[in-house]
Amino acid sequence: MVDNNKFIVSHAPFWHDGSRISTRNYNMAFAAFPAILLGIIYYGMPAVGVVSLSISSAIIWEFVFCRVTKYSVTIGDGSAAIIGMLFGMLLPATAPWWLVILGTFVAVIIGKQIYGGIGANPFNPVVVAIAILMISWKDIFDFNEALINYDFDFAMVYPLAALKHFGVSAVDSFSMGDLLMGKQSGGIGSTFGLGLIAGGIYLIIRGIIRWEIALSFLAGIFITALIFNMADSAHYAGPAVHLFAGYTLIGAFFLATEDSSSPVNFISMLIYGAGAGLLTVLIRNIGVYVDGVIFAILIMNLVNPLLDKIKPKAIGKVA
Amino acid sequence: MIKRSFIGLLKPRLKYGSVAETPSLKQIPIPKEITLFSNCPFDKKNLLLKKKATVKTGQKLLLYKESDEYVVSSVTGQVTSISSYTGDFGLSYTAITIEVSDDEEIDDEFKDVSKDASKDASLEIIKNFLAFAPGNPPGKLFSDKDKSLNTIVVCCADSDLLITTNQYIVKSDIDAIKNGINILKTATGVNDIIMVASQSQMHELSTIGEKINQVNDTYPSALPHLIMKNILGKVVPAGKNPEDIGVCFISAEAVASIGNAFNSGQIPVTKTFTLVNKDGSKSLVSARIGTPAGDIFKAFNITLNENDRIIFGGPMTGSSVYSEKHPVQPDTDAIIVQDRDDIPVISDYPCTNCGDCIRVCPANIQINLLVRFLETGQYEEAADQYDLYSCIECGLCSYVCVSGMPIFQYIRSAKYELDRANTAEATNNG
Ligand code: SF4
Ligand code: SF4
Repeated sequence: MVDNNKFIVSHAPFWHDGSRISTRNYNMAFAAFPAILLGIIYYGMPAVGVVSLSISSAIIWEFVFCRVTKYSVTIGDGSAAIIGMLFGMLLPATAPWWLVILGTFVAVIIGKQIYGGIGANPFNPVVVAIAILMISWKDIFDFNEALINYDFDFAMVYPLAALKHFGVSAVDSFSMGDLLMGKQSGGIGSTFGLGLIAGGIYLIIRGIIRWEIALSFLAGIFITALIFNMADSAHYAGPAVHLFAGYTLIGAFFLATEDSSSPVNFISMLIYGAGAGLLTVLIRNIGVYVDGVIFAILIMNLVNPLLDKIKPKAIGKVA
Repeated sequence: MIKRSFIGLLKPRLKYGSVAETPSLKQIPIPKEITLFSNCPFDKKNLLLKKKATVKTGQKLLLYKESDEYVVSSVTGQVTSISSYTGDFGLSYTAITIEVSDDEEIDDEFKDVSKDASKDASLEIIKNFLAFAPGNPPGKLFSDKDKSLNTIVVCCADSDLLITTNQYIVKSDIDAIKNGINILKTATGVNDIIMVASQSQMHELSTIGEKINQVNDTYPSALPHLIMKNILGKVVPAGKNPEDIGVCFISAEAVASIGNAFNSGQIPVTKTFTLVNKDGSKSLVSARIGTPAGDIFKAFNITLNENDRIIFGGPMTGSSVYSEKHPVQPDTDAIIVQDRDDIPVISDYPCTNCGDCIRVCPANIQINLLVRFLETGQYEEAADQYDLYSCIECGLCSYVCVSGMPIFQYIRSAKYELDRANTAEATNNG
């Protein structure tokens, strides 16, 4: 006892449930895989090219950034890879290589790293990148134009563009089944509705994304679209098209739910999700953009710090 | 270690340990040397107890002049050293080492004072002789005039995971508990005794004839703050303890200590605890207070390797010690040996805002925001705006944190630092 009385500060708890950021990200990739696979089946090698380039360039950007700023290299956590993957999933298969590389630069460096890296980004990095590119190179995101050279056994039409330009009758030809099976034009990994839903449910069950956000987002879209549709069904499409076309599903399960830029309290999550859903339909129906998911999520990211103020009362708190 | 289930949407199911139908108890022989820890800061100048002093089993040892802090020797022998030891947060305490002699003699001071003690006297006796008995009976609280206790909660369930110590005492020594409760009632005048027990104990306890309330079998339901909220229906204000609102918590073991002490005229000196081996196997052990952990490992053929971990207390709230010489204390309900391969890594990753901690926190704290302040040492803000003091110290946030942040450690240090700053301020102003 005399010469060996050295004790150290406790670090309870001594157990951990084993969860890890990397495991979460692997699961995310796993959940997105079916949607990407169908995109590859439909669009072939160009799709493989875009997605691979997107993932690898995102990783490289993060690596370079960490090296330059002398932070420890964080690419092992898989978050850069996921950013690249999601970014690729949103692009048309015909996206040029420079756009992919530029996009991942914006996502990884401007969207995430300059704020201090993982957990510190106020906006979803992927959404930021897509938004900037969408504004700057509108034509590339005109899925009808972009994918014009593909010949499929289904009507190669981007439903939201058809809706915007030709009205409700133009989307009548889409059956629910077609939309769910990805028989529509769109981003590589964002058209296979069934795959995205399955992936989303998987992520919800595993507790990797917050179900409150995903479901309230879909509910927000459904209800808003329904109201528009009931008010003027000649002008505004019903909820089904809004739910299963464009970036809705990938937005619900993979974009709106990004950890850092979304709230964590129950009520806040519901407001956040429903707000994004509402804005999506508003932009689609009365805004100038064809799809509203991206901007709706950005706007909700912006109000997220305010939503964080709505919090349950801690126990024993004397108000 | 219980891992996250595949269905991560569900809350972790951390079930409390339960004791076998007829548990066996392994007695550790009296060691050659024991060490007693007192929470008193080491203060060489005012030391009353002297080196070389001979002490008897059950003898109360006053430590310092003008202080009523004491320890109780668990063996007969000679004091070989009185030194300082450094505990949590680098605080200094007093460690008394006693070399055990061959023949055991029982001290009879307690016998003399406790015999035919009057009602008022017994309260003082509990305070003055039994604070170092197994389970640390909170004698000081009982006689604290400021607190005006109106309820005593006897905790028969164990509050942290894996531990079955109190459950064992309930199984093996129910008469002592009964006796202890009667003594407590007369001594304190508090008639509102609430027994809190797990489902499997309800039957055993029914013979006691007191109100029994069942506590949920999932951690952290048996922590005092949650018992207060869920069973007593009283919410302890943030930063306060149950005794501040008139409720005193005492473990079944401490009650049994009181019962046994008055019954036998001897201060109990043997501590019962749960030993958890590297493979997770549990044994109930009894050893003299002050027995070094190493002696216990020897008795069980446990070998420790470099980088293994010794934990005193439960896996969620205990503390790790750095030496096999660390002794069993009156409040050591468990000793856990953790293999180095089972030790979770603490990372320097920041919070990713995943929200998992929010889902598990029983106190509704915005942990994702709180940690940002704690990490940067902004403790005042953490306390004022982010409910630092509502934390009931269950450790679940660290347990689930995807980033592997030592959140609970941050919280404890923040509270400690703030308390220290406040005390310093109070002394300066006073
Ligand atoms: S230790 Fe963590 S989970 Fe438990 S009450 Fe405190 S903040 Fe909440
Ligand atoms: S569990 Fe950890 S990473 Fe997740 S929100 Fe809480 S503190 Fe942040």
